[in-house]
Amino acid sequence: MTIPQERHVLVVFPHPDDEAFGVSGTISTHIKQGTPVTYACLTLGEMGRNLGNPPFATRESLPEIRKKELQASADAMGLTDLRMMGLRDKTVEFEDDEKMVGMMTDLINELNPSLIITFYPNLSVHPDHEATARAVVRAVRRMEDRPKLYCVAFANNTLEVLGAPDVLHDVSAVRDQKMGAMKAHISQTVWMLEEMENKLAQGDQETENWLTKERFYNYRWDQDFEEKF
Amino acid sequence: MELVEAKKLQVHLDAFANKDVYLHLETTNGSYATHFNEGFFNAGAFIRNVVINYELGKVVGESPHRVGLKLPHGWVYAQGITHYELDEHGRLLLAGHDGSGKLAVALEISETPFSY
Repeated sequence: MTIPQERHVLVVFPHPDDEAFGVSGTISTHIKQGTPVTYACLTLGEMGRNLGNPPFATRESLPEIRKKELQASADAMGLTDLRMMGLRDKTVEFEDDEKMVGMMTDLINELNPSLIITFYPNLSVHPDHEATARAVVRAVRRMEDRPKLYCVAFANNTLEVLGAPDVLHDVSAVRDQKMGAMKAHISQTVWMLEEMENKLAQGDQETENWLTKERFYNYRWDQDFEEKF
Repeated sequence: MELVEAKKLQVHLDAFANKDVYLHLETTNGSYATHFNEGFFNAGAFIRNVVINYELGKVVGESPHRVGLKLPHGWVYAQGITHYELDEHGRLLLAGHDGSGKLAVALEISETPFSY
């Protein structure tokens, strides 16, 4: 499906590289279409485990590396409004819930997005993903005139719970930008990329589809993950 | 970081003894352990910037090593330590990396606080 023109797109994820695999094609397309895109990245992935053996980084030097990778990913996508929100990896769910909603509300009020992209609550595996999803959904729930809310879901039971994704973007036209975003996060993605490039070289259709199509779920307000907050 | 040589690391551990030092200690299986292996019991712990003062620090065993710090009223220890570094800020960083290059444990001490 063609990607509709938006007024402003706000993308909210907790880790550098969360945007790369499933969303960078969509981001790049909106930028190509002249739509302003803001990416709010809540942490710098300080707790990343891929440090190599022999190690190429330490627990203390990793954030600086990932910050540069995040900027490189933004550059690859042509994204100019990158916000680093200063939280610490793996602690997002322990922050005050109302403070988290406030952070999202401030972004929404400032940017007035017509589309927000984040994770799907209860279907996004990592505790930081879940906490981010909850905060965004809560902030949007409080709005009178809600923007579209596309969510990424990848828990093992996603198909059982939600069925097939209802938003499918063909991003083959921005394949290079997407590859660039994935490669930008090389410290964390090198193993995955090697495997992917092997499969692509063998003409693996599933991998090709995965690379050229991005999948989202419209958030289902009629099956809201909580009654109220 | 370099592979732990017990004698060299011991010298660094001794240098931080009997001083107030900031501690970072973590163990982790990664947040995706249960996603990739359903039924896996994912446990870990994390402490950062807690001040301790140890009277004796020891590195023991063959790699992966164990490192223990004896406090006046308790203990800190980590197992699975493979690498260490005294970084440019004079902080002693110890870590255990598995065969695939993933960090499994970290024990770090510093006379100044670690970042947030």
